[in-house]
Amino acid sequence: MQTNQLLLIFCGVLLLLGLLAFFAGRSKATRLRSAGTAMFAQPDQYAWFTVLSTAGPAVVVSALGAFVLLLMGADIPTLYLLAASLVIAAIGLLVSLNQVKPDFHARQAIERVIRMALAGAALISILTTFGILISIISEALRFFQMHSFWEFITGTTWNPGASFLASAGRGDGSGAEFGSVPLFAGTFMITAIAMLVAVPIGLLSAIYMSEFAPRKVRTVAKPVLEVLAGIPTVVYGFFAAITVAPIIVNIAGFLGLDASYNNALAPGIVMGIMIIPFISSLSDDVINSVPDSMRQGSLALGMTKGETIRDVVVPAAMPGIISASLLGMSRAMGETMIVVMAAGMRPNLTANPLEDMTTVTVRIVAALTGDQEFESAETLSAFALGLVLFVITLALNLVSVLMIRRFREKYRVNNL
Amino acid sequence: MSHSFDEISQQLKRRHRKSTRLKWITMGSLGLAGLFLVLFFADMLSKGLPAFQQAYIQTEISYTEEAETDGRRAFDEELLPLISRTVVRVIPMELRNNPDMIGTSEEQWVLATSEVDQYLKGHRHRLSEEEQEALDARVEAGQVDLRFNSTFFGSGDSKIAENAGILSAVVGTIMTMIVTLAISFPIGVMTAIYLEEFAPDNRLTQIIEININNLAAIPSILFGLLGLAIFINFFGVPRSSPLVGGMTLALMTLPVIIISTRTALRSVPESIRHAGFGVGCSRWQVVRDHVLPLAMPGIMTGSIIGLAQAMGETAPLIIVGMVAFIPDVGVSFTNAATVMPAQIFTWAGEPEQAFVEKTAGGILVLLTILISLNAFAVVMRKKFERRW
Repeated sequence: MQTNQLLLIFCGVLLLLGLLAFFAGRSKATRLRSAGTAMFAQPDQYAWFTVLSTAGPAVVVSALGAFVLLLMGADIPTLYLLAASLVIAAIGLLVSLNQVKPDFHARQAIERVIRMALAGAALISILTTFGILISIISEALRFFQMHSFWEFITGTTWNPGASFLASAGRGDGSGAEFGSVPLFAGTFMITAIAMLVAVPIGLLSAIYMSEFAPRKVRTVAKPVLEVLAGIPTVVYGFFAAITVAPIIVNIAGFLGLDASYNNALAPGIVMGIMIIPFISSLSDDVINSVPDSMRQGSLALGMTKGETIRDVVVPAAMPGIISASLLGMSRAMGETMIVVMAAGMRPNLTANPLEDMTTVTVRIVAALTGDQEFESAETLSAFALGLVLFVITLALNLVSVLMIRRFREKYRVNNL
Repeated sequence: MSHSFDEISQQLKRRHRKSTRLKWITMGSLGLAGLFLVLFFADMLSKGLPAFQQAYIQTEISYTEEAETDGRRAFDEELLPLISRTVVRVIPMELRNNPDMIGTSEEQWVLATSEVDQYLKGHRHRLSEEEQEALDARVEAGQVDLRFNSTFFGSGDSKIAENAGILSAVVGTIMTMIVTLAISFPIGVMTAIYLEEFAPDNRLTQIIEININNLAAIPSILFGLLGLAIFINFFGVPRSSPLVGGMTLALMTLPVIIISTRTALRSVPESIRHAGFGVGCSRWQVVRDHVLPLAMPGIMTGSIIGLAQAMGETAPLIIVGMVAFIPDVGVSFTNAATVMPAQIFTWAGEPEQAFVEKTAGGILVLLTILISLNAFAVVMRKKFERRW
């Protein structure tokens, strides 16, 4: 509570100093100008310059101090830190007021500060990526100190149960097995089902929209398809679990097959529906940017429209189509809510899509929502799984970007 | 080998038929995708619309002496299993606060249990034969009725199905979105301005660009891992709070806002910048006074779409603990909260039949908000978009 009050006082004083700086800077500049000297900048710019040099260093110092406080655990009392920042603000105010002279380029100084602030904002995106990498890798390393990497990659049993007992103080956790093969098998199975649904429907829809459809249909159909991508995944998960899974069980029962209510088919199909717009939209753009001269050439040789599409347009657009499919695939592999709600929890190494199987993302969620200590092997295993997931999706994305770049260079298209 | 004209025209017909077939197949697949959408919405509407109505029973509440210790004494014994526990529970408290009510009685419409509700709506229920008969008699007499479900919109979560509402989740979503926008909008727009208007074309800029595109494609659950490891474990931001949820979602929304802002900035013609420089403006003055105002509609559209995306996101929030059970509506950035998708997820895990309806009802509320946000964005773009 005391820290909050201190912070409020700090902000208040800083605001006052800022206001003071603005008006003092402006009045000094106005005075100088009305005395008849030609100045490099407008009075307001001098005013803003003084404000920036009052508040800027103070905020930077206090932020750095807070960061050091957290990071190193150094014991700087908040009071001293904030007081020091305010002193720096006052010094900044005096120095900058002194700088308000006719031959000082206030506008360029402001420009430099703004440029640095913008560049700082741009660095945050890089920091985010590093943050993800560092957080995942450091925790995953701790996991691999407990369990061997090789076993994690090649083991076929995923049974973290014993590590739970170990963290509860019973047993030594030696019975826990972390073989991720069944999880990845489940992920690939569900992804494959999703791709089997999404690629044909998405690609054919894209062909219809770009080659056959009248302009009116196109302008309506594209946003309608985009709605599919905008539906939250938790809603798809509910749809898969409550509506699609029972239908599949009934159909399987009708055919004399035995299906689990947590079968892999339901989340796979629903995920496929979700991915259709990703594939159709990008494929549509790619097919549209295949140069018209190729279509004209083909038609001039007497090919029918269908043959032109099949033998000329689609092969030309192939890199883009593959790129779209890879993007959709990476989206499917990282998808969480649909599988958490509709797929099973049991690691199951099988090729039968009617059985229940679990995926990497399901286990990550399961490991991190239990009542376990953060230090337990099961919790840390989530980060190891996350690391592998990160590497796979990153690789898919990179290949996808390279493919689309090749397409772009080949046909000199700039808007992809 | 030569063909007769007849053979050739036969062949030609076949080829044209093939071409037409391709047209129908592609049209069919687009229709299939549309059909999915229609089926999906029909399913959600049929499951969710009943949630907006709730069964109420008209009964006489007699505030006797015994009712002060045992609320059940205030009701007709036959009706007790049909009346919601939440109604019975509050009676002793009410009597203690207003002692002069003892001895009186009044006729009131009270909340029925979810089983009665499900029975009236024709869903699966667990009422016994006698209870059904008693209920049927009261339906005949007009003492049981389906009314607008104000509990659903006016209260927080509850383990008792008929008392569960979505308000605490809506408030949580609003708080989380405030944090998300407050972080991602300024940083996103600043990054885009830097990359589009200021950045020199060097290695660092290219790395930032590639990095932003990659960030957009990272699975959302990994952002949850980041939030857990860095925001919660390292910086000590309170778990389950809108603050940590909003920060995590902000990092996810950042690429969306950056990419759409860059597109908007790029569509402002170069001649406007040249005119600005021509009259002696500095780069920042040109951006602030001319480029940014012209790009604003595009930036707003992109931000709204990014916001809608963040609003539907669940996986990273589950990882940072925003699936908490929140019965009371609280407006705070640091206390535990839940958001709409997380509430839907929790309800979907409840075994009772009545919660299926609640889940679908929550989904309808969420979809309505998301669709209106997106529609708003599209309308805004149509209205303010300028072609140069």
